[in-house]
Amino acid sequence: MQQLSLLLTSLPDGILLGFVYGVAAMGLTLIWGVMDVINLSHGPIISLGMFGTFFIFIKMGINPYLGLIPVAILGLLLGVAIYFIAVHRVIDAPHLSSLLATFSVNMIIIGIATAALTTSPYNVDFNMGSFDLGFTTILGTRLIAAVIAILVTGGLYFFLYRTRPGKYIRAVTNNRAAAELMGVPSTQILALSFGLGTMLAAISGALIATFFPFSILSGAGYELKSFVIGVLGGLGNPVGALFGGLILGVLEGAIPAFMETSWVPVIEFGLFVIILLVRPNGLFGAKE
Amino acid sequence: MTPLLQVEGVTKRFGGLQALTSVTFDLPEGQILGLIGPNGAGKTTLFNCINGVYTPEVGRVLFHGEDVTGSKTYAMAKRGLARTHQIVQPLEELTVRENVIAGACFGRENHSLGSAGEIASEVMEFVGLEKRADQLAASLNVAQKKRLEMARALAARPYLLLLDEVLAGLNPSEIAGMVEIVKKIRDRGITIIMIEHVMKAVMNVSDRMVVLDYGQQIAEGTPEEIANNPQVIEAYLGDPNLAKKLMGEDE
Amino acid sequence: MKNWRNHLGLIVPLLVVTGLAIWPALTDSVSNRENAFTILKAIALASSLNILLGYTGYVSFGHIVFFGFGGYVGLYFLNEQGWSIWTSLLIAGISSGILAYLLGKAILRLRGAYFALATIGINEAVKAFINNFDLFGGPIGMTLNFKVYKEYGGAAEALSMAFYIMAGLALAAIVLSYLIRVSKFGLGLLAIRENEDAAEVMGVVAPDAKTWAYVLSAIIPGMVGVLFFFKNGNVEPHGAFPLHASIELLVMVMLGGQGTVLGPILGAFAYQGMRGYLVTSDFFKDIQLSVSGVILLIIVLFIPAGAVGWLRNRFAPLRRVLP
Repeated sequence: MQQLSLLLTSLPDGILLGFVYGVAAMGLTLIWGVMDVINLSHGPIISLGMFGTFFIFIKMGINPYLGLIPVAILGLLLGVAIYFIAVHRVIDAPHLSSLLATFSVNMIIIGIATAALTTSPYNVDFNMGSFDLGFTTILGTRLIAAVIAILVTGGLYFFLYRTRPGKYIRAVTNNRAAAELMGVPSTQILALSFGLGTMLAAISGALIATFFPFSILSGAGYELKSFVIGVLGGLGNPVGALFGGLILGVLEGAIPAFMETSWVPVIEFGLFVIILLVRPNGLFGAKE
Repeated sequence: MTPLLQVEGVTKRFGGLQALTSVTFDLPEGQILGLIGPNGAGKTTLFNCINGVYTPEVGRVLFHGEDVTGSKTYAMAKRGLARTHQIVQPLEELTVRENVIAGACFGRENHSLGSAGEIASEVMEFVGLEKRADQLAASLNVAQKKRLEMARALAARPYLLLLDEVLAGLNPSEIAGMVEIVKKIRDRGITIIMIEHVMKAVMNVSDRMVVLDYGQQIAEGTPEEIANNPQVIEAYLGDPNLAKKLMGEDE
Repeated sequence: MKNWRNHLGLIVPLLVVTGLAIWPALTDSVSNRENAFTILKAIALASSLNILLGYTGYVSFGHIVFFGFGGYVGLYFLNEQGWSIWTSLLIAGISSGILAYLLGKAILRLRGAYFALATIGINEAVKAFINNFDLFGGPIGMTLNFKVYKEYGGAAEALSMAFYIMAGLALAAIVLSYLIRVSKFGLGLLAIRENEDAAEVMGVVAPDAKTWAYVLSAIIPGMVGVLFFFKNGNVEPHGAFPLHASIELLVMVMLGGQGTVLGPILGAFAYQGMRGYLVTSDFFKDIQLSVSGVILLIIVLFIPAGAVGWLRNRFAPLRRVLP
């Protein structure tokens, strides 16, 4: 019984967090799906999104949810810039090249940000009240973040399936060579996809900053979570990432009811490796 | 005497596509079998079923009388089967010599690097690549890469050699050179199956032929029988007088 | 020796490492010894990684797991069970090798980026597990009992001995790397790197060859781990499994030239030298990570074959000398 009440207390929080994790993973998995690149600068961009909220809210006094708009635009532009500077040349090279190229971007961002912001933790004290459900209390910031995460997913879905650039992105994901033959401007589409991927990372960081303290190094942990979620939902399947995020959120909410919290990463990463081995296309993907 | 290779009712599907339907033939030692058919007839799929890239859903493959259906490709190599690929697959960042040495090292006879080197020298000379021994495989042209594939396969000293379109994309003088090589290999006692579109060449060198069409084995026989088989003419050759042209010597 | 030229690919790296090993004694400088220790450690780790990355073509992003795991096992026997440093090194190497064998059987089926991701996952899973493993001290880790140093003549003597053992491990890593590179086994690995399917058709038993390459690339890192923690005097999970150290190793191998014996050595020198300079430079020290990042990016984009690879491609006769 005690476990059940523990579960009821922590599970809702886990689920809400899961949606936000899902947005971060969506960015990673979109880039992977379109161009077969694992973006190792994902983590620092999440961190930059966190600092976006910090500067917009603390320094400029603007509501952090309104602040998501400039964060998203800057994230998009940063991603396009990273694509042309670091990724475009190695897009068809062996995986090692694109991994190291995006990792070098990671080093550059962390290096500059550490010099400017140090690695000590920041905190955005932002309060949206809380809701008492009887068995647990839900923070307003988390609830709103989850709702925004769902809206962002819906927006991405609409963009990919209902707009011309979105359809181009799906065409390039499917078969770049064929898409090029059909007249799809593949370089622009690749850059746009990379931009969208980093935009999603920045948005998720901005949302996380409304309820967790953070530093420039915090993104690394969420990057690892994004790997796990991406694999759960199927690498290259952005909508699957939302479900992957939910699963991770549920795990993080449920595991502490049964064992020490420090076992969470053991189970997460163990599951990650096992799923890579038995279902490389994700839990919902086609079986190989 | 048991034939070297027996293919019994081999059937392979890819999703809804029936790539091979109950293909059956025997191949006695020392012969050349020509495997022909239009593009997409299932010829390369049949090779892949024989050398273990695919496992057929139905049917068996016997090598030296032993059931080898579904063996791994490397296990087939160790048993004495070597092949070339329709799309050449050289080890690009290794030299020609290293490519051929690798063929000798890991094939049937399991040579050490030293004795593999001797075999490699001999085989490279045999296919005419000795001058390019220290070049990277990536730097060869297509005809040379095809010779390299051939050399690598031969260096393994196989019992059975599967040649997948070794003449495609070559010019007439290169074709003549390659046909000579194939005949010389046969004269060494190596059994060969060759997939080929260059009809005159394959008719000339084959002892027997098998014709595939949409995964069905529509004919089997000597080159004369194949050239005169009405079903083959209809399905594939299309020209009733073609038989004469094909069987005639070079004009 | 008439054909000593044929062995230049081994002789040059051995001379480099031997020079590095006697340099601190010649200059009688402890800080030189610290620098040399770091470079030798990098050489041993990078040369080991190169067996998997450079020869076999599998990108391991979590190779540091063997350093951490072996180090933990060795330190446990050294510290808690009172074994000698030599048997602890041995057991660490064996443990890392066994771990690699078991992992390899499972994850070497994955190719390309999927393998890279799996290695990251394994590193994180092992780190998180050790964090919960009470025998190894859980999140606190283990602190070396000072009497262990006493057995080797006190701290100064023990640290000096650790330095020479590290030099020995670096030499062993190079010899191992060279022997694999010029062996039939190594040729099979290169064939797998170039085209795994074609290699199997030629008769390379790729699943076994890859697994053994993984095992051989894991043994020396495990021993290096023990030595590093022995010298540091403690071990804890975050210091033992730093993901960024895995990536630094990849950078070194890439910098010098993957798939060559000399490459990882040059890469280790260049990378550590650059780090050393940047960290101490007044101008760069605040943004040293960014400067490293820019240099790495330029290399990845413009000379992906690394220094030795670039030389080999430019001057074909060097192929013979720089295997």
